Amino acid sequence: MSARRLGATGPGATAVHAWLLLLPALVLLVAFTHWPAVATFIDSFYSTPKGSRPAVWVGLENYQAMVDDPVFWKAVRNNLWFAGATIPLSIGLALVMALWVNERIAGRAFLRMAYFTPTVLPMIAVANIWLFFYTPQYGLLEQLTGALGLPSHNWLGDPRTALACVTVVAVWKEAGFFMIFYLAALQTLNPSLREAAAIEGASRWTFFRRVQWPLLMPTTLFVLVNAVINAFRAVDHIFVLTRGGPDNASTLLLYHLYEVGFKFWDTAYAAAITVVLVVVLASVALFQFFVLDKRVHYK
Amino acid sequence: MKRADRLAYNEPTWLDTVAAWVLALAWILPLLYAVWTAFHPAEFSTRFTLMAPLTLDNFRRAWEAAPFARYFFNTTLLVAMILAVQLVLATLAAYAFARYTFRGSNVAFALVLVQLMIMPDILLVANYKTMARLGLVDSLVAIGLPYFASAFAIFLLRQTFLGIPKELDEAARVEGASAMQVLWRVYVPLARPVYTAFALVSVSFHWNNFLWPLIITNSVEARPLTVGLQVFSSPDQGVDWSVITAATLMSSAPLLVGFLLFQRQFVQSFMRAGIK
Repeated sequence: MSARRLGATGPGATAVHAWLLLLPALVLLVAFTHWPAVATFIDSFYSTPKGSRPAVWVGLENYQAMVDDPVFWKAVRNNLWFAGATIPLSIGLALVMALWVNERIAGRAFLRMAYFTPTVLPMIAVANIWLFFYTPQYGLLEQLTGALGLPSHNWLGDPRTALACVTVVAVWKEAGFFMIFYLAALQTLNPSLREAAAIEGASRWTFFRRVQWPLLMPTTLFVLVNAVINAFRAVDHIFVLTRGGPDNASTLLLYHLYEVGFKFWDTAYAAAITVVLVVVLASVALFQFFVLDKRVHYK
Repeated sequence: MKRADRLAYNEPTWLDTVAAWVLALAWILPLLYAVWTAFHPAEFSTRFTLMAPLTLDNFRRAWEAAPFARYFFNTTLLVAMILAVQLVLATLAAYAFARYTFRGSNVAFALVLVQLMIMPDILLVANYKTMARLGLVDSLVAIGLPYFASAFAIFLLRQTFLGIPKELDEAARVEGASAMQVLWRVYVPLARPVYTAFALVSVSFHWNNFLWPLIITNSVEARPLTVGLQVFSSPDQGVDWSVITAATLMSSAPLLVGFLLFQRQFVQSFMRAGIK
């Protein structure tokens, strides 16, 4: 073996090789993920620089402002409500959809396409269509309720229904995506389980509850983590449908962050809100790593 | 038990079939409605009669009312640029993680995984400041930069590379291939399905991405479709549903057509990407 080959495969050289291969990706990750996360944390203890006046240390003032900000708390409550509705609804629907299209059901190809289509469409585009559905007087929903003789209702303009309307759109968008994961898992289940259950005379419900559901557990946990993260990242449709209104009835955390940071340009306060969001998302991820990972195996 | 019974076991009843179809129709109703409105004159956007005349006029008006050609060009360029850089960087990084043993590899991998939990979508303010410092605000590069190093891609490819038998690698080395040649000739071809899966996920994510492009762009020259569409259809413009739905369909059409054509591969590669 030549000296050059020896050098190229020696431990020192391989380490250098490996780090060179990693370098471009790591530099970008540090620049646009790690550093901004740290900088945001630091910025949250400073004031917003204004004109010639630079940022000054204000300690916990931004967090105090957050605690005193009714819109922030409204966004927190809305976001929890939004998460509490979208997560079970989209996962439940995804499971039902997957169970259906995994079987020999009439029109299976069409059903799969119909359920999955919302996933590939831009949220900002389809929100335009939903906007029309919810429009007062002549929107589709109004025409339906009108035909049933119900009174007219401004779905997005009423603080009591705005958040629910936004939630429905999110569930519609997400369910088909989660269906794919369930479908993939169902197709890997051993067909002999089904035959065994049939011989035992187990009912369909028993087969689902005792066999399919437990075996789908890892998928459910995976989908659940994604659903939780998505619930705190969902924002696009708010821009089209309600802009957080009326009276902040449909403001979510990320939308509030956008308004504070890029409409009012209060970057210091926005940093404090970002820290809260990062903590929420990081806790979900850590929960996944340390609690769920024992059951969800990535090999 | 009769064989026919066993085959029918656990299969959907007619009740399931009806329910599944009702749900499916509800699910594509928004799209059906958009198609109806976009292809009919404005007065039929709320009246559904079979006699309504078909027209392409809404598409023409939408196309003329906003620089959609520019938006299409921007989005296409953006999506292609992001995907190309992501694939190259992730391939190199994944290879390092899968086939090299070196001090600090676990720490480096942990640093990569951090991005899976804190996505760039959240760090808007800090990333905006960075772009301002770099003088990149309002450019396509600024939209793409935070996404160039994709932890998801690195993770997926590392998993795949780890599954490739080491013997293949060693055989190629004995033949005198360098590390880069082995990567290019052995690993990349074997991981092709994963590349396809990731490409589909990446393209649909960045074609549809909205918040970060909205913040970092403010001119027609750099705006992607999603932001252009939002500017176009904001209520202050006066609402013309036929034109808005036409513009909406135009913006979604490339992905929608691609999805309908390659539906099988699309769904399967999503499955593969999701399960591994």
